[in-house]
Amino acid sequence: MEKAIVVEAHPLDAIIRSDRMPHIWCPGCGIGIAMRCYAAAILESGIPVDHHIVVSGIGCTGRVAGYMDLDSYHSTHGRAIPFATGLKLANPDLMVTVFSGDGDLAAIGGNHLIHAARRNVDIKVVCVNNFNYGMTGGQVGPTTPYTARGTTAPYGNPEQPFNLPSLVSASGANYVSRWTTLHVRQLKRDILACFARPGFNFIEVLAPCPIGFGKLNNIPDGLEEMELYRQRCVLTENGEVDLDVLSIDLREDKPIYIGEFVQRNRPVFKPVRIG
Amino acid sequence: MSKPRVRAGKFFMHGDHACAEGALAAGCNFFAGYPITPSTEIAEHLAYRLPQVGGTFIQMEDELASVAAIIGASAAGVRSMTATSGPGLSLMMENLGLAVMLETPCVIVDIQRGSPSTGLPTMAGQSDVMQARWGSHGDYEIVAYAPSSPQEIFDLTVLAFNVADRFRTPVILLGDEVIGHMMERVVIPPEGEIPHWERKRPKSPPENKGDYKAFLADDDDLVPPMAHAGEGYHVHFTGLTHDELGYPDMDADTHHRLVTRLGEKIRRNADQFIRAEELYLDDAEIVVISYGCTARSARRAVREAREQGIKAGILRLISIWPFPEKRVEALGEQARAFIVAEMNLGQIRREVERFVSQPVVGVHHAGGAMIPPEPIFEAICSAGSKT
Repeated sequence: MEKAIVVEAHPLDAIIRSDRMPHIWCPGCGIGIAMRCYAAAILESGIPVDHHIVVSGIGCTGRVAGYMDLDSYHSTHGRAIPFATGLKLANPDLMVTVFSGDGDLAAIGGNHLIHAARRNVDIKVVCVNNFNYGMTGGQVGPTTPYTARGTTAPYGNPEQPFNLPSLVSASGANYVSRWTTLHVRQLKRDILACFARPGFNFIEVLAPCPIGFGKLNNIPDGLEEMELYRQRCVLTENGEVDLDVLSIDLREDKPIYIGEFVQRNRPVFKPVRIG
Repeated sequence: MSKPRVRAGKFFMHGDHACAEGALAAGCNFFAGYPITPSTEIAEHLAYRLPQVGGTFIQMEDELASVAAIIGASAAGVRSMTATSGPGLSLMMENLGLAVMLETPCVIVDIQRGSPSTGLPTMAGQSDVMQARWGSHGDYEIVAYAPSSPQEIFDLTVLAFNVADRFRTPVILLGDEVIGHMMERVVIPPEGEIPHWERKRPKSPPENKGDYKAFLADDDDLVPPMAHAGEGYHVHFTGLTHDELGYPDMDADTHHRLVTRLGEKIRRNADQFIRAEELYLDDAEIVVISYGCTARSARRAVREAREQGIKAGILRLISIWPFPEKRVEALGEQARAFIVAEMNLGQIRREVERFVSQPVVGVHHAGGAMIPPEPIFEAICSAGSKT
C-alpha cells in the first residue's frame, strides 16, 4: 500500500474552515469536489469574501455551510432557500448561495424551490444530486430513479423521480444548468457566471454516493460512477436539448445531458419601494 | 420615503393595523408572511406601509418559508416579523426552534382563532397558549405577550421587538381575533419616544475576528453579542448542538450546557420583560387571572364584585410566558380562591394550579365568542360565598 501523502496546507485554506477537518463525507463521495469548485469560484469572483454568504439545509450537502470560512448558515431541513431569501432581501449587497442536496431542496424543500424560482429571487442554488438520502443511510428520495433500490425501497423504487432542470425551468428560474463532479472546471466557471448573472440561478451537480446509493444499485465505487459520467455525458448548450430527456438513470446506458439548459432574462424579484 | 415611519398621533384604529404600525415604529424593516384569517390585515397593512419607508414586504409560499425568511433577514441585522394564526403557528414551530437555537431575534404574531385544526377561522380563540410555550420540539423558554386592546397591541409589538433584540430570542405576540379586529383609540407617540433596546454587538472589530466567538455568552445576562451576515466575522450558525464558536459539537455535555443556558437566559432576565396589570389585589381574597380579550370581561366582573362588597381582584397577564410564577405564588399567600377566565379549556388554569394550593376555578369556553362578564362574576360570587 502506498504511503498517504500528508500536506500541511491546502490551496483553499483561506476560505475553508480547516479547523473543521476532517469532514464527515465518505470515501468516494462527490460533495467535497462540488464544494471545492464553489470555494475556488469565490476566490476568483472579485467579490469580497466577506460578501459571500452560504446557506445550507440538512443532509450531507448541508454540511458544506459548516466547512466554508464565510458567514455561513446551516438552517433546517428544506428551508435553506426561504432563509436565504430573507437574508438576501435584508442585505441585497450580499452574494447569497444556497448549497444543499436533492432531498433537502426538492423533497422537503420542494415547495420553496419552485416558488423561489417563480419569484426569480436573486440567489444562487447549487444542488448536489446523489439520487438518495445519503446521511440517513440510503433511503429513496425525489430524484431516485424508478425501480432503483434504496433502504426504504428494498424491492425497487415504485415512484417516478423529479427531473430537476425541467422542474426548475418550468418554475421560471433565470438560469438552469447541470454538471457532474467530473466537470470541475466547467462547474467552477458556471458558479462564477452565476455570481455575475442576476436572478434565481440553479446548478444541479451529479455526485457519487457510493455508500448510500451506489452499493444498492451496482455502482459501489465513487470512481466507477465518475467513469460513467465520463462515458455518457453529452454537453449541450442553451435550448439545444428537450428538457423532457434530462431525467437520469445511471443504470441505463443512455446519454446524461449536461451543460447550460436555460438562460433567460426575466425580471428579478425586488421589494416594492414607493416614493 | 414619502411617508413617516412612525405615524404619531391619535387614531381610531384596527387592532391588526395597530400591530403593523407598532412594528414600523419599532424599526421593523422586513415582513414575510402568508395570508391567514384573522391576522391577514397585518400583512395587508405592511404590504402597503413597508414600501413607503424603505422596508421589505414579501408574501411567502407558506408559513414554513415565512418564518425561515424572517430568521434569515434577522441574521443580516434587520428587525423582522411575521404574522399568522393557529394553523400557521403550527407550521412555524419547526423554525421557532431554529430561532431559539440560533439565538436570532424575530417577532411572530399569532392572532388566535377557534382551534384545533381549521376550527373557526373568523372567530376568536385563546387556545394557542400552550402551543406557544411548548409547540417546538425540545426544552426551551419562550417570551409571549397577550395584548388586550389595540393600544396594547401597538405597545407590545414594540416591546416584542425590543426583547427579541436585547435577548436574542424569538418573541410571540399572542393576540386574538377580538383584539385584532377591534377598532379603538390608539395613541402613537412621536418617534423619539418609542423605546428602543439594542441588539448586543461584537466588541472586537471583524479584523480581529479570532477574538470573537459568536455563541460565547456574557456572564451577566447569558446573551452572546451578535455579528451579522456580511460584516466579516465569518460566523457559523447551525441548528445542530454547537460550541461557543458556533461549530457543531455532538457531545452530551455541550448539549446540556447549551440548552440549559438558552433557557436560563430567558429565566434570569425575565424581570426585565414580564408585564402584568393588577387591580384591587392588595386585599383580594378572590383572585381572577385572565388575559387578552377575556381580561376585558374579567375586569368588568371584578369591578361589579367589588361594588357588591366582595373582595375580588384581578391579575391581568400581559406577558403570558415566562409565567409570573413568583407573583402567583405570593397571591397564594393571601387569596382564598383563584378563578382563571380564558377562551380555552384550561391552559393557564393548569399553570396556576402548579403554583397555588387553593382551588382554581376555571371559566372556560372553547372559543368562537367572547366570554361575557356574567359567568366570571358568578364564579366570583360562588367562590365568595364559600367561607
